[in-house]
Amino acid sequence: MSQWVVIAVNSVSLGGLLFLLSAGFSLIFGLMRIPNLTHGSLFMLGAYVGVTGLRLGLDFWSASLLSGFAMAAFGGLIERFLLRRLQGQELPQVLLTLGLSFMIADLCLMGWTGDPISVNTPATLRGLVPVLGFVFPIYRLAIVLIAVLTAAALWAMLDWTRLGAMIRAGVDDAPMARVMGIPVSRLFTAVFSLGAGLAGFAGVLGAPILSVYPGLDADMLPLALIVVILGGTGSLLGALVGSFVIGMLYNFGPALFPELAYVVLFLPMLLVLVLRPQGLFGRRAP
Amino acid sequence: MKRTALVLVILALVTLPYWIGGSYYINIASQILIWAIFALGLNVLVGYGGLVSLGHAGLFGVAGYAAAWLVAAGASQLAAGVGALALTLLTSALFAVLALRATGIGFLMITLALGQILWGIAYRWISLTNGDNGINLSARPMPLGWSLAKPGAFYIATLVVFGLAVAAMARFAASPLGTSLRGSRDQPRRMTALGYDVWLIRFLAFVFSGFWTGIAGLLFCYYNQFVSPHLLALSSSAEVLLMVISGGSGTLLGPVVGAALVVVMKTVASGYIERWNLVLGAIFVAIIVLMPEGLVPGSWRLWHQAWHRRGPSAAEVSR
Repeated sequence: MSQWVVIAVNSVSLGGLLFLLSAGFSLIFGLMRIPNLTHGSLFMLGAYVGVTGLRLGLDFWSASLLSGFAMAAFGGLIERFLLRRLQGQELPQVLLTLGLSFMIADLCLMGWTGDPISVNTPATLRGLVPVLGFVFPIYRLAIVLIAVLTAAALWAMLDWTRLGAMIRAGVDDAPMARVMGIPVSRLFTAVFSLGAGLAGFAGVLGAPILSVYPGLDADMLPLALIVVILGGTGSLLGALVGSFVIGMLYNFGPALFPELAYVVLFLPMLLVLVLRPQGLFGRRAP
Repeated sequence: MKRTALVLVILALVTLPYWIGGSYYINIASQILIWAIFALGLNVLVGYGGLVSLGHAGLFGVAGYAAAWLVAAGASQLAAGVGALALTLLTSALFAVLALRATGIGFLMITLALGQILWGIAYRWISLTNGDNGINLSARPMPLGWSLAKPGAFYIATLVVFGLAVAAMARFAASPLGTSLRGSRDQPRRMTALGYDVWLIRFLAFVFSGFWTGIAGLLFCYYNQFVSPHLLALSSSAEVLLMVISGGSGTLLGPVVGAALVVVMKTVASGYIERWNLVLGAIFVAIIVLMPEGLVPGSWRLWHQAWHRRGPSAAEVSR
């Protein structure tokens, strides 16, 4: 019995992490119509930058925020100087992100060697809390809390601010938004930067659980991809629901069907793609 | 002049084991040819069909795994090869039915998901595929009693298959099916209006592409005498796509040049340049940004521009 509770807690905390990763991925996909294949790399690079920050003596939260801002700046540069040159050509854009992910993976290998780096849980969040007769690790619950708070903040931003309204307009119909005078190109940079920042932040946040190793990018990117396809591109609610569903599948799959773990993971995405291509919460493309 | 060049190239390729110096380089040449066949197969979809697949490594792996598995289960080499190809064709057809519900990015994502499922099976279904340890192939096949154990012999056999692949691709590109495939890439609606079944054209192209991917997978399995989940990984799919695009999709020579570029970078240059992956990524990014049509058509264009500096080029006139 308690084994299942442990798996459930792990599922939910992975779900929280996946949400931080895939919320930006989803917005980028929704707005720019490209799956950003560097997203896993930004997660990994963010984690490594966080590791360096910790080694320089920063505390965990400053390191993660700093890494988030660094990735946001990096993502903004990628969008502004590389993707912008290929605006409107979706496939070259996707392929460009693929090439960049090769480069980032190799740079990480060069800068931080190939040995996995484990990161300590921040001192204030070590230990367990008893809830309903079970004990839960505090750090994992904190990740869920951070994810939910981020979701709320993103929600408020998208629904109540001018920037959010412009992003929604861009997701719905970018050419029309452009005609209406919305600076869609600048919006692209902003959203790409935001997504990259969230991915870098999530990388540091996930480091105590996942540790940091070469190949982390290739492990996380497909998960973000499934989440977004399942939930629907450009939909925050979809990303949230999708994250927790995939968090569950990722942890329960190997426990229930060890040999078919990846089939369990990818089959729902395939079914959604074939039966409801816009995703569970996505709107049909115009 | 073109014919002389062709004869010279064929002559150089056939005599390659004698002048290249050492079995190490012969093996690299074999690898280039195998990946070139794979890239040519993918090029049918990417170049002529405008359908970018990121799951072709799955088909590549199915062929290799099926052959190794059947031989390990006691089948003869011939039966295993035929069985593996049949299974690859079947898988391609299934891939096509699922993936062709979409085009563009949707197609790319579905193929990616399908490829990952096959990779997951190879990696995790240990009782069937032996997981990360892979399956060994006891020996290379002996077509007509001719041993392929030596690098030179294997190279020549691969070269023959490569020649067949190039001929088949040239024939395909000029055939009514190839022409209508290009039509369905550029103007799907008009093609439908003209009475073509665009879906069927794309389906046939997918299966044709899958066939050559399977051939390449078989050869790769014979070459290594070993298959592992790495064969089906997303990075394999990405690598072969990189070959097609860097060389120039939709051309006959482009994927071959791309395959040579990537394999040489991977094997030869990695001995001198430690960060070859970085260089590969940088080349890829540079090609997409500076020469989006690929190396072969891009160099052709630059050469032409330099040649016809004085007068406007044909492309500029038609614009």
